[in-house]
Amino acid sequence: MAQVAILNYIKRQSPVHELTGTTKLIFFIAWSITSMVTFDTRVLLCMLLIGAVIFRISKIRIRDISVVLGLAAVFLLLNNFFIYLFTPEYGVELYESRTLLFTIVGRYTVTAQQLFYHLNITLKVVCVVPIALLFIACTDPSEFAASLARIGVSYRAGYAVSLALRYTPDVQREYRNISQAQQARGIDLSGKDKLFTRLKNSVAILLPLIMSSLNRIETVSNAMELRGFGKEKTRTWYARRRLKRADWLTIGFAAAILAVGLTVTFMDGSRYYNPFT
Amino acid sequence: MVQPVISFKDYGFQYTAQASPTLHHINLNIYPGEKVLIAGASGSGKSTVGSCINGLIPYAYPGESTGELLVGGKDPGKESIFALSQIVGTVLQDTDGQFIGLTVGEDIAFALENDCVPQEQMKATVQKVAELVDIDHHLEYAPHELSGGQKQRVSLAGVMVEDVKVLLFDEPLANLDPAAGRVTIELIDEVQKRTGAAVIIIEHRLEDVLWRRVDRIVLMDEGRIVADMPTRAFLSDTKLTEHGIREPLYLTALRYAGVPITEELEPQHVDSLQLSEEHKEKVRAWYQGNEGNGGAATQKKDILSVENLSFGYTPQKQNLKNVSFSIKEGEMVSIVGKNGAGKSTLAKLICGFEKPTAGRICLEGRDLANDTIKERAQRIGYVMQNPNQMISKPMIWDEVEMALLASGMSEQARKERVEETLKICGLYPFRKWPVSALSFGQKKRVTIAGILVQQPRIIILDEPTAGQDYHHYTEIMEFLKSLNRQGFTVIMITHDMHLMLEYTPRAIVFCEGELLADTTSARVLNDPKLVQKANLKETSLYTLSLRCGLEKPQEFTERFIAYEEAHRERQER
Repeated sequence: MAQVAILNYIKRQSPVHELTGTTKLIFFIAWSITSMVTFDTRVLLCMLLIGAVIFRISKIRIRDISVVLGLAAVFLLLNNFFIYLFTPEYGVELYESRTLLFTIVGRYTVTAQQLFYHLNITLKVVCVVPIALLFIACTDPSEFAASLARIGVSYRAGYAVSLALRYTPDVQREYRNISQAQQARGIDLSGKDKLFTRLKNSVAILLPLIMSSLNRIETVSNAMELRGFGKEKTRTWYARRRLKRADWLTIGFAAAILAVGLTVTFMDGSRYYNPFT
Repeated sequence: MVQPVISFKDYGFQYTAQASPTLHHINLNIYPGEKVLIAGASGSGKSTVGSCINGLIPYAYPGESTGELLVGGKDPGKESIFALSQIVGTVLQDTDGQFIGLTVGEDIAFALENDCVPQEQMKATVQKVAELVDIDHHLEYAPHELSGGQKQRVSLAGVMVEDVKVLLFDEPLANLDPAAGRVTIELIDEVQKRTGAAVIIIEHRLEDVLWRRVDRIVLMDEGRIVADMPTRAFLSDTKLTEHGIREPLYLTALRYAGVPITEELEPQHVDSLQLSEEHKEKVRAWYQGNEGNGGAATQKKDILSVENLSFGYTPQKQNLKNVSFSIKEGEMVSIVGKNGAGKSTLAKLICGFEKPTAGRICLEGRDLANDTIKERAQRIGYVMQNPNQMISKPMIWDEVEMALLASGMSEQARKERVEETLKICGLYPFRKWPVSALSFGQKKRVTIAGILVQQPRIIILDEPTAGQDYHHYTEIMEFLKSLNRQGFTVIMITHDMHLMLEYTPRAIVFCEGELLADTTSARVLNDPKLVQKANLKETSLYTLSLRCGLEKPQEFTERFIAYEEAHRERQER
């Protein structure tokens, strides 16, 4: 079946792939916290550099995740645009100084402080998004549920993630089949019809899809119960891997990033690094 | 005295959602190590009996029960479904849906994980069980990389890790091609021999299950047990067809020939039959006395022709390779072959859902390459396997009318067309009914009506009778035959060898994307090489005719089908 893989596990041989899912999850969480909290340009730049190195090691190519990267870039631009639209003087407030470069029109001035603020926002996103994508692309789906359970998420919730991964391709295939058969009955989903007609038409595909998905859910839940899912408070995991030396080192490294990043950020008493004073 | 592992005593059950009981006065004992087939038409209550045994009743399907039921000495009403899962292992019908893990290994280990078995021990058990069902070389595979038969092996392994006393199979043959079905029956037999577990098979395809020894057959109808006896006695005694079950073909043939079916005949398998010289002579006499109606094919013009068609979803893998054939107007043709042979892909190409990489498809000599899906649908209709995949309106009328709304016909014209179509499909009395009030077979008719309303010349049906018992199967197929008589060209994609033999004189066989054969259905099934290559299964008629010393098994099969058709028509009148 033709699959348009936008974002999924990409199997390659690399040190990043060899780390357990748990390690990668912990690293990802520490990394996200650090980059979300800090507005310290020095920290962000360092992280960006480290991120680039990890990306290199992982053997995942930009091309593999280009679609999602493109989407992220669009959202980043939009985000920046709206921040400027609503609060063109936010940087001035934040950094308590004002260096006017030029004025576009009325209140829309361009100050060095505002530009610096936008740079930081952009850096934060540029730090997190590739690592998030890397986490998904390098983690064997089988390990997801086990990793979530290890860091304390209930295994039922963890397994829901696993099931979503398991059945998404099936539902996609079903959707494709149903929509083809309905198109043959004159249901057109391409842009030719009016919006209302199109909405009405999409029901013709969604109703059978929902019916068949409900059926599927019944089968799956029966199959799971018949094999004892939910019997005990915990469960063991076939796909869980033991943490090796590299895992402990990585977790240590993640902790270090978190600690150093936050220390450097808050050293001067605020999470904003201010070069203007 | 051995204690039964499952024991029903005057047991009755009523689902909470239903107005009347589904099971009445069930008395049934199943002993350790036994192999029992529970047969019955759809709605006979056989699946409900299965759900009582594995604990889905009352755990997932609540209801009222009367009488007594003990599973492994325990009362399912008082135990948890988990306690029962240690005693009864269930393999469900849907091989895809019950595959829970992301890989084979994980899926087999699922029950062990829930039992908190340490990983080392879990891996060892999985390996051992996987070897037992011969799937140990695929532990890393994802479900979509496996065939239907392989998935079923995984399901079986997944319940065997528990060391259960009872293995319960709910319609194990429903989603498999004929050869995979046969292998499954062999596998179940082997597993039972090695583990000594009691095996319960719920299935309406009697002959396929009887490919391997079965100790006892329990026949159900309308929620009651109508027969419960050893296989030999059962086959020589009960009138199966009265209860919606088809008797094995070789027995029907013997009956036609006037050979009495008795226990002494050893009727449980075509190879076990104790045919005397007198019996054989009767069969030969019947054969001589019945001319087939073969060779009566009239020459008509081609309606659909496929020329050098190739297609692949990815450039590396060709799903169809250089396929050419043509279909004549008013023909009824089967397209057969194992799962993944390219049958469904072919249908999609003909309907225009996918574009061929090479070759062309012509309708009445005109190349369809530039026609859209919608344009093609005016002349070629496609009916999906499961009616629930197509029905999108709550009312029958609206569902049938749907395709016309997009065509811009006047209301009056639409009304006439819908009425006419409903009449053809025998749905006219139901025209104001909601779809939900219909049976599965009637829903199937509604989907066919929804296609016929566009007045196509050709109808392509994907597995029109999948999951249907003999009664519904006959109902759907006779309906299709009547459509065919009215001039529609019918193409069916099927796994059902009976369907192919009985209803379509011609069959096109696919194997790994190539057209392997295009000949008469009887010839396909009487060519051992072809049968093996395309994962089909020869019929027991083939074996029977050889055992009776008839040289031309193919001719025997053809005459049997012709006789049967005439017989059915006589009965109708």
